[in-house]
Amino acid sequence: MKSKDELIHDHNHDGIDRRGFLKCMAWAGTGALCVIQGGVLKSYSLSPRSPWGEKGTGDLSFVQISDSHMGFNKAANPDVVGTLKAAVDKINGLATPPEFLLHTGDISHLSKPEEFDTVDQILKSATAKELFFVPGEHDMLNDDGKQYLERYGKGSQGAGWYSFDKKGVHFIGLVNVLNLKAGGLGTLGPEQLEWMKRDVEHLKHSTPIVVFAHIPLWSVYPEWGWATEDSEQALGLLKKFGSVTVLNGHIHQTMQKVEGNVTFHTAASTAFPQPQPGKADSPGPMKVPADQLKSVLGITDVRHVPGQHALAVIDSPLG
Amino acid sequence: MKRICVCIAAMAISLVIMALLAEPRRVSARGQQGAPDGTEVKIDNFIFGPETLKVSVGATVTWTNRDDIPHTVVSTTGAFKSKVLDTDEKFSFTFSKPGTYPYFCSIHPKMTGKVVVQ
Repeated sequence: MKSKDELIHDHNHDGIDRRGFLKCMAWAGTGALCVIQGGVLKSYSLSPRSPWGEKGTGDLSFVQISDSHMGFNKAANPDVVGTLKAAVDKINGLATPPEFLLHTGDISHLSKPEEFDTVDQILKSATAKELFFVPGEHDMLNDDGKQYLERYGKGSQGAGWYSFDKKGVHFIGLVNVLNLKAGGLGTLGPEQLEWMKRDVEHLKHSTPIVVFAHIPLWSVYPEWGWATEDSEQALGLLKKFGSVTVLNGHIHQTMQKVEGNVTFHTAASTAFPQPQPGKADSPGPMKVPADQLKSVLGITDVRHVPGQHALAVIDSPLG
Repeated sequence: MKRICVCIAAMAISLVIMALLAEPRRVSARGQQGAPDGTEVKIDNFIFGPETLKVSVGATVTWTNRDDIPHTVVSTTGAFKSKVLDTDEKFSFTFSKPGTYPYFCSIHPKMTGKVVVQ
């Protein structure tokens, strides 16, 4: 069932109707699709058929998964293998098969070789054959990320940052989980920011940009370390672009924010949920009744249609 | 008068009940200035407890992770660095020189603590 919201009040002259926007954001958590196209909000409820209809040849679709924490076995989820497999089943059941998967980190729980091996094995059964990763802090344990780089860092620089292009969309994978300082937040560091500056300086302003990194690149909840201390510098490098989508993980829940030309989105985990900011003493694994676990885990389906301003981002729970 | 007595009695009983139901205070380390605390640090709920531990020169401090998520114990000055500690795993370090040793969890850097060696 489709409903269409029109731009009625444009008080800030930025092409966004605040009331309609807030309504759209409230729907986002239920699996509704919200697409902002040049200021006009279009909302579609999630139906078994693809909400985007037939896929055009220029369209790009991919899936983000995050925080598989392979090796975790405590009360919040004693079977992270099972829930990762359920995520793969979900991916394989999508009406529009994704062209590739983006994993935004915490692939493993303790950086153990067998944990990485298990994730690789499970992801082999996904329809998407191309996989892209960025590390989480759980992937850098004991060796400052040496093993992560050996496994997933081919073609990357420094701690594992890199970029690639797909159908006119420019993807930038950043690492903000190394060299964390006492009392600090996520950090990108001057070397990576310098690389990013050179990476984007020759791109046309109309190129849609997707940035993906583990820790949120916006201030979700600094008290729990849910922020990156130098993310403003990274986003400053992207001011000239008309469409920027930032995909993060780390917080084990979906959250979204739109700020000017930037859409921020965090994905659910495939392993266990964490509490909402400030709603618990600490950001540790949150236990929910067993029959509700799959409903708080999920994947994120992302689609770009040529000519459209923003990417469409839709979260789907595992069950 | 009788009503006032009943009210006061009821309040007194409520206070007693509240005191009994209140969470027992964590037994604090001996707080005398300069006197050493124990040599154990418990890691739980993203907290090093106690946050500041006072020990004597030569003491061996043992950190135990009681949390359901792994943590590390990393000195900010490079004096010591544990491998990753999963639930129930321990790390020990012997402090042979006096001084203040701030440390943190390198996975969750907002977690900080310090050992004061006297």
